[in-house]
Amino acid sequence: MSNIFVLVEHRQGELRDITLEMLTKASQLAEKTGGETVALLLGNGVDSHAEKLTGYSDKVLYMDDPLFEDYNSEKYQKALVAFFKEQKPYLVMMGHTAQGVDLAPALAVELKMPFVTDVIDLEYVDDKLQPLRQYYGGKVNAEFSFKGEPPYLVTFREATLEVPEPFKSGKVEKIDSPLKEDIDYRKFLEYIEAEVGDVDITQSEILVAVGRGVKEEKNMAMIEELASAIKADICASRAATDAGWLPHDRQVGTSGKTVKPKLYIAIGISGAFQHLAGMKGAKTIIAINKDPEAPIFAEADYAIIDDLFKVVPKLTEKLQELRG
Amino acid sequence: MNTFVCVKRVPDTSEAEVKVDATEKDVDSSKFSFDINDADNYAVEEAVQIKEAQGGTVQVLCCGPQDADMMIRMALAKGGDSAMRIDDPRINFSDPLQVAKVLAAAIKEQEYDLVLTGCWADDDGFMAVGVALAEELGIPHAAMVKKVEVEDGKVKAHRELEGGISEVVEITLPAVLTIQTGINEPRYAPIRGIRQAQKKELKVLKLDDLGISEEEVSEDSSLIELKRFYIPEVESKAEIIEGEPEEKAEKLAEKMVKGGLI
Ligand SMILES: Cc1cc2nc3c(=O)[nH]c(=O)nc-3n(C[C@H](O)[C@H](O)[C@H](O)COP(=O)(O)OP(=O)(O)OC[C@H]3O[C@@H](n4cnc5c(N)ncnc54)[C@H](O)[C@@H]3O)c2cc1C
Ligand SMILES: Nc1ncnc2c1ncn2[C@@H]1O[C@H](COP(=O)(O)O)[C@@H](O)[C@H]1O
Repeated sequence: MSNIFVLVEHRQGELRDITLEMLTKASQLAEKTGGETVALLLGNGVDSHAEKLTGYSDKVLYMDDPLFEDYNSEKYQKALVAFFKEQKPYLVMMGHTAQGVDLAPALAVELKMPFVTDVIDLEYVDDKLQPLRQYYGGKVNAEFSFKGEPPYLVTFREATLEVPEPFKSGKVEKIDSPLKEDIDYRKFLEYIEAEVGDVDITQSEILVAVGRGVKEEKNMAMIEELASAIKADICASRAATDAGWLPHDRQVGTSGKTVKPKLYIAIGISGAFQHLAGMKGAKTIIAINKDPEAPIFAEADYAIIDDLFKVVPKLTEKLQELRG
Repeated sequence: MNTFVCVKRVPDTSEAEVKVDATEKDVDSSKFSFDINDADNYAVEEAVQIKEAQGGTVQVLCCGPQDADMMIRMALAKGGDSAMRIDDPRINFSDPLQVAKVLAAAIKEQEYDLVLTGCWADDDGFMAVGVALAEELGIPHAAMVKKVEVEDGKVKAHRELEGGISEVVEITLPAVLTIQTGINEPRYAPIRGIRQAQKKELKVLKLDDLGISEEEVSEDSSLIELKRFYIPEVESKAEIIEGEPEEKAEKLAEKMVKGGLI
C-alpha cells in the first residue's frame, strides 16, 4: 500500500530520461513511506529496457505485448485500469510529457484518482504527500494536498532532476498484459521526424535567442545586426517561432532543440520552463528583459533589466567598435 | 462538422508583477490585462477553418464570469456561430477535473463531431482539462495537436512530441483534440464580423441548468486541495548590470569582449 509506481516512458527504442528522473524522486519518497519503487513498463520487445531499469528501481514489472509496440493512450489506459484494480499503489508517477498529458487526466477521471499535474517537487511530510506546482508561467508556486484515498496520481515535470547513474539492483518480473485485443478508435500511424533547416543550432558556439518581447518581425533586423557583429546564429522561443519570425527548427526548448553553446543571449524571453530546459546547459547566459521577475534571470550569468529596444542597438554598436 | 471550442480568459502576466492576495489562494489581478488564452485562440482558428472547408457549425464554450463575454464575442466575430458561458461562483477552478466535468455537462446532450480545447491554459498550466473532458464524454482524444486532417468520420491528428518529432494518430469522431500553439495563423476579427457577433446567441447557464449539483464541482468534493500560493524565491547568481540603458549596453559589450565570451 505504500509502494510508488513510475510509468516508464520510452519511444523508438529509447528509454526516456524522465523515467530515471522520476525513479530518483520515487526512491527518495519510498524511503519515507516505507514502500518499494516499482517501474511499470508497457512495450513490445523491451527486455533490455527492463534489465536497465533494475539499476533504478526495487522492482520492474513489464508487460511485453505486440499491442504495445507504439504508445497509444487508449490501450495504456485500458491496461492500467485493469492493473490498478489489482495492485494498490500509494502513488503513481507519470511524466508531464507529451505522453503523460495525453494519458493521465483520462486515467484519473476513470479511476477517480486524486490528481495533480506538472508537479515540480513532491515532499512527504507528516504522513502526507505535498505536491508543488506552478502558476502564471512560473511566477507563483502552489502547494497542493491530496484528499481521498490512494492511489494518488501526478505528472512530474521533466528536467527538474539530474539523470542519475544506476543506484539500485532491483528484480524484474514479466506480467501478463490484460489487453486482449486491439482497438480501432485510436490508431498510431507514424512518426514524423523533426524538420532540418539551414543552420543546426545545436552546433552553434554563440546563440542570440529572441522571444515575444521583440514584438514584431521587422525588429528582427536589429537582432540580425547584433548576431552578425559577434558571428552568432539566431534561435528563438516558441512564441517567436509560432509567430513565424523564424522557422521551427530554430526553436529552443522541450518541443524544440536542446542547445549547449558557449554563449546564449536571451532577448525578450521570459524563461518558461519549457524554454529553460533547452538552454540551461549553455556555458554563459546573458538575459535582456525589462521584467525583473522574469524567470530567465534565475539561469542568467549577466542580467540587463531594461527595454531591449534601447539596449540592443547600443550593444551592437559598442561590440562593433570594440572588435574593430 | 459541428465543433465545440473551449476558450478561457486569462491574464497576461508575462510582463506584470504578480502578487499573492490575502486569501493566499489567488493573486491580485486588478492590474492585469486579460485576453483569450493563447492556445485557445489557435483552437478557435482551427475550428473556423474546418467549418470553412467542410461546412457545419462552431460553438464557443466558456466557463467563467461575465468578464469573459468580450473574449467570447471576439471568437464569434472570427466565425463562431453561437456561444455558451457557464457562470457559477461555486465551480472550483483549482481542479481541472472539475472544470472538465462542467464543460462536459454543457456538451453532452448536444450534437457534435469534434471538441477542440487548447492544450494548456497560460494561467494554471494544468494541461489536463481537454483530456479529462474527453473521458467525461466517453469519446477518444489526442493531446497536443499541431495538425488536423478530417476525413470520413475520422481525424488524423499530428501530436507534438518532444524534440520536434511528431506522431500521427487516427481517431474516430466524435473526439476531443487539445490544440497546440503554432498550428495555424489566427486571424484578426473583421469589422463586419465584430458587428455581426453582437447579434449571435450567447447563452449564460448555471450549474442547475446543466443538471449538475454544486457538490460535484465545488472545492469540498474535489480530491485535491490548493493549500497556498507563494512567490518563489528566485536564486539568481546573475551579475546585474546597472546604469542607464546605453551604459548597460556598453558595460555588457566590454564584459563580453574582455571576458572572452565572444
Ligand atoms: C507543451 C509545450 C511545449 C512548449 N515547448 C516550448 C519550447 O520548446 N520552447 C519554448 O521557448 N517554449 C515552449 N513552450 C511555450 C512556453 O511555455 C512559453 O509560452 C514560451 O516560451 C514563451 O515565449 P517568450 O518567452 O518568447 O514569450 P513571453 O513569455 O510572452 O515573454 C516575453 C518576455 O519579453 C519581455 N519583454 C517584452 N517587451 C520587452 C522589451 N521592450 N524589452 C525587454 N523585454 C521585453 C517580457 O518582460 C517577457 O518576459 C511550450 C509550451 C507547451 C505547453
Ligand atoms: N474555464 C474554462 N472555460 C473554457 N475552457 C477551459 C476552461 N479552463 C480550461 N479550458 C480549456 O482547457 C484547456 C486546457 O486548460 P488547462 O488544463 O487548465 O491547462 C484550455 O486551453 C481551454 O481550452
